[in-house]
Amino acid sequence: MAETRIIGLAASSGLARGPWVALARQTRSRTASGDCAQEAEALQAAIARAAEELAALIADGDEMGGEVIGFQLAILEDAELTDPAFAAIHAGAPADQAWRDALATEIANYATADDPYFQARASDFEDLRDRVLDRLSGETGGQALAPGAIIVAEDVTPSRFLSIDWSQGGALVLAAGSPSSHVAMLARARGVPMVVGAPLDQGAPKGIMLVDGSSGEILLNPSPPAERAFERRFEAQNEEAARAAGFLMKPAVTADGAAISVQVNLGDPAELDGLDPAICDGVGLVRTEFLFHDRPTQPDEETQYQAYRRIVAWAQGRPVTIRTLDAGGDKPVSGLTVDGESNPFLGVRGLRLSLRRPDVFQIQLRALLRAAIHGELRIMLPMVTLPRELTMARAALATAAASLDADGLPYRRPLLGIMVEVPAAALSIDAFDADFYSIGSNDLAQYVAAAGRDIGAVADLQEPAGNAMLRLIAGVVAHGGATGAEVCLCGDAGGDPRLIEPLLRAGLRSLSMAPSRVGAAKAAVAALKLRA
Amino acid sequence: MSESYQRASAVLINAVGLHARPSVKLTQLAKRFAGATEFALDPAGPWIDAKSPVKVMRVKAPQGTELHFRTAGDNAAEALEALIDLVRRGFDEVEPGTSSAAD
Repeated sequence: MAETRIIGLAASSGLARGPWVALARQTRSRTASGDCAQEAEALQAAIARAAEELAALIADGDEMGGEVIGFQLAILEDAELTDPAFAAIHAGAPADQAWRDALATEIANYATADDPYFQARASDFEDLRDRVLDRLSGETGGQALAPGAIIVAEDVTPSRFLSIDWSQGGALVLAAGSPSSHVAMLARARGVPMVVGAPLDQGAPKGIMLVDGSSGEILLNPSPPAERAFERRFEAQNEEAARAAGFLMKPAVTADGAAISVQVNLGDPAELDGLDPAICDGVGLVRTEFLFHDRPTQPDEETQYQAYRRIVAWAQGRPVTIRTLDAGGDKPVSGLTVDGESNPFLGVRGLRLSLRRPDVFQIQLRALLRAAIHGELRIMLPMVTLPRELTMARAALATAAASLDADGLPYRRPLLGIMVEVPAAALSIDAFDADFYSIGSNDLAQYVAAAGRDIGAVADLQEPAGNAMLRLIAGVVAHGGATGAEVCLCGDAGGDPRLIEPLLRAGLRSLSMAPSRVGAAKAAVAALKLRA
Repeated sequence: MSESYQRASAVLINAVGLHARPSVKLTQLAKRFAGATEFALDPAGPWIDAKSPVKVMRVKAPQGTELHFRTAGDNAAEALEALIDLVRRGFDEVEPGTSSAAD
């Protein structure tokens, strides 16, 4: 059989190899009694049994599955859902038809939602529909599946997913589905590799399948070289994951005893879900753009205050560095950033925009000042070029503090630092008197190399740990040391195990990275000796 | 109906808005009160029964939506305060010490 390569959407990372099976479509048959009262009674009994089953699933399942099923149970017990079905039965419809029609209305309502999260809820209602229909037709259980198999289906319901034994490995490949479905959430929580939107002929002859849940790549009937390449990735992934996991909860220390601060970057409070603050020494970068996206108006002070406060509470006393709005460049915000700039990366972005929009800036500064009373919050300014911009931002912060005094609202003045990502600031760093410095290696690398992040053809000119960068970094580290200000690096380079050695050799002792990089970064730190 | 309502509003701060878990929490809280507990996206209505998870989810309210609540009957003030507080707390979705799902 020839090798076939299929690319779907990555829904849950991890690699899997094995024989695949097509999940059987469940078929039901039922003969209606033709009597209204009997039909109503049958549906009532089927709903009651379905509710019992859901309650039992909650009782033995983990908390994650319990929440998904708990939602289904709440919906099933809502007369708003069941009343139309009983009304249809009294009008003469058979119980199964009445139930199917009542659910079809809800399913259609979600299937056409704009928001992918709500769209994905259609599958919860389908799950409920099928569970009750199964009870109506008296069918129980499904097809027996060998543990560890790669399961291929059009789509699966959360309860079907939970009924499958994943303890021996395996993977899930769906022709439909969505990375934001409840099933995808369950797969990520269980570590089951999952690919969605993979057009696969379920009737095709069964063979070996390789699944990469990180890239969405699927290989059917892989050739021997493809098998060997996959095997190497599989081993490397297992080794790396096991090694990184061992370091995750430990402090980062080099082989010769230098303590390194490892912090996390956050782009959305949703990333905090399930993330243990004990893995890090703080939050080195909170990108506040999430507050400004996908909304018709600017977020008000209360919305921002609550969002910052939640992150500070999550950190449990660890420092949290919040960057003021860094709109512009590759992050336009409608109604705020300047449209049609010929080169937005060199335009009105970051602090440049905030200083031009004191109305927007003041709201953010007031919210940050208020949230600072709840923990070790710090404010960081993006895209600072000249010392006078820091002076202007400091004045804006004083204005915000004075307005809070006037309103009688409690606040605390936090440290005010700058992001070093413009070469002019890096080269004249000794002219700055910030409370701390954070090297934004992604932007600094592109500005130093004059090679855009968004242009693939010149991407290889950027060297985040090349000579030019390391000289600039060493200069910032020296200035921090001379003035007693902390220096951190918060770009992608900080979480790249291959770049950690040169960065630490340039003098950095604090790195901030994506939460998923923390284990691997700590492992890389532990392997290093900084003293010759 | 001449029933008089207590009213207040709060903004949804949850990242995914009024999704499955917050909807269930909202309805569970609302059901603890005997009187009417309703909310709307517009202060003029239409009003949605906060005790029905099916109705609450149908709203598909995204993050940043202002929810207007009104309550009536015994303990109406207490019900209003509890509902508003739940929304402002972000439905306790990311408070420390609670394990919550990636959603």
